[in-house]
Amino acid sequence: MTQQTASRVLLTRNRFRARKPKTAPTYHRTLISRTQLSTTRGKRFYWIALTVALVLATLVFIGPLFWMATGGFKTSQELVRNPPVLLPSHPSTHAFSLAWNRLGMAQLLWNTVVYAGGALLFQLTFCVGAAYSLSKLRPIFGNWILALMLASMMIPAAALVIPQYLTVLDLPLVHWNLQNTPWVIWLPTVANAFNVFLLKRFFDSIPNDLLDAAAVDGAGPLRTLWRIVLPISRPILGVISIFAIVAVWKDFLWPLITVPAHETLNVGVNTAATSMPDNALVGGLFLASIPTIVLFLFFQRNIMAGLTVGGVKG
Amino acid sequence: MAYALATERLQDTTRRGGSQSTWTALRRAAGRNLRAHAFLFGALVCFALFTWYPMIREIIMSFQRVHRGQTTWVGLGNYRQVAADPEFWQAWRNTLEFSGLALVFGFAAPFAVAIVVNEFRHAQGYLRILVYLPVMLPPVAGILLFKYFMDPGFGLFNEALHILHLPKSQWLASKSSAMPSLVVVSTWGNMGTATLVYLAALQGIPGDLYEAAELDGCSVLQRIRHVTIPQTRLILSLMAMLQIVATMQMFTEAFVLTGGGPEGSTTTVVYLLYNYAFNYNKFNTAAALGVIMLLVLACFSAIYIVLERRGSED
Repeated sequence: MTQQTASRVLLTRNRFRARKPKTAPTYHRTLISRTQLSTTRGKRFYWIALTVALVLATLVFIGPLFWMATGGFKTSQELVRNPPVLLPSHPSTHAFSLAWNRLGMAQLLWNTVVYAGGALLFQLTFCVGAAYSLSKLRPIFGNWILALMLASMMIPAAALVIPQYLTVLDLPLVHWNLQNTPWVIWLPTVANAFNVFLLKRFFDSIPNDLLDAAAVDGAGPLRTLWRIVLPISRPILGVISIFAIVAVWKDFLWPLITVPAHETLNVGVNTAATSMPDNALVGGLFLASIPTIVLFLFFQRNIMAGLTVGGVKG
Repeated sequence: MAYALATERLQDTTRRGGSQSTWTALRRAAGRNLRAHAFLFGALVCFALFTWYPMIREIIMSFQRVHRGQTTWVGLGNYRQVAADPEFWQAWRNTLEFSGLALVFGFAAPFAVAIVVNEFRHAQGYLRILVYLPVMLPPVAGILLFKYFMDPGFGLFNEALHILHLPKSQWLASKSSAMPSLVVVSTWGNMGTATLVYLAALQGIPGDLYEAAELDGCSVLQRIRHVTIPQTRLILSLMAMLQIVATMQMFTEAFVLTGGGPEGSTTTVVYLLYNYAFNYNKFNTAAALGVIMLLVLACFSAIYIVLERRGSED
């Protein structure tokens, strides 16, 4: 389940929900009423349930990360000891440095950043251009083109992998082989109907009067896009940026077959997994996860807001 | 259609330009269309190259076979070959098993978590971050981690079962438990998105409904059955459809953890597609499989769209 599909659900849902007049955000009644919870028994039950939930959730979702982080400090024997050891008896960073070097982690990280950054740039440029054109410039056949784009949302990505792979090996007309170049990651990400749809819907909500005023002032379409449309669209651009980066970061099958010489973090870690000592591998997994964890904690508000993108008025 | 659009543009231009000659108006309209298409160009090329063309190419490929560089038409030959392959039926059974199990777990778990978390007045943000954290990890890191937890010898999971006096499991090593184990991995990694979507949906349920149900003497479980589920019905069914389409494309987990084994028990359809193309070098057979997959999953996508429509009419 990707983020895009999830927000697609929210989009369809929120679009049709009657807008309630905004009142002060007071308490919202849920399953169990507050009166029921404010009895002594209710209070006790609430706090017990909350504690259990917190402990359980921490165990299930942070536990593995903790095991991964401490595992890198253990020796391989200690890592697989039965019963398991909670903390390493002689912590050593040897496994981490081994993993860093053996995996070529710096290179893998750099590759992934280049792929994700480029994909973001291309998607922002081309998807915004397309959505602006379809929404405001309204070219001939625009509706047909939009329909064809949206139709591609019905196609499961994995089913098209074979012909896509053959296409990038020998690009039609120009006969370029894109394998092992960043283009093979960058360009296909532009063909993202959901992005175009999301942007077009947002652009549709920008009043035409605003654009006409700019036109009267002598601004061409490019200038209008740059000076008027884009500044207004900052929230939706943020959402799309997050989607773009996360999609490249998480993809596995496509980079596996198209960039074997310049692997992404995902593919590289998997390739090296079989030839590494256990503690180095576990340490490597942790190293590979650090950037995402840090980024997530840093941007978690925006990322979660991206999920509820349906809140965008359209 | 196009003609109508063109005349509409033309009239539009003449109206604005006042008493221009038809020729000037036509030239203006053409210029404007050219500009609009220039904005569309990048995205259009990408869609054509990486979605539309591969789609047509896959269908054509599926009716052809290549032998010593010679392409011949074989009609339904590839499809017959695929259908005669016992692995094909095995792969569909495996995929359906994964999808079904993932639907039961991956559906019930996030919904239950969302309902519980929604009741808490404290630590909601913390719980939300916890559930969502695995979604952000590089998938291979999260997946490989479970290789250690699920080890039949020293794995933490068997240790936990031992403490609870339950029989140990072979997890990924046995034919019968391999697929359910993959479901556990995938649910851990992906449930965050669904949970957040459900949370957003739960927060939209009017509190009066719970109030009324409570006055009518409904217990908590009855309130879930008669208020929560009907109120979120549309989102639940949409998510179910999306999840079916997403889980039927499962590849990474099987590729990283089991390699399709033991004894082909985790070879999914996408895995088989990958094998056909990149291990057996039979791209045309893979294309036929791709078309079959496309047709099956497009049915689910169609159901999704119908549901979405119906939801918008409510």
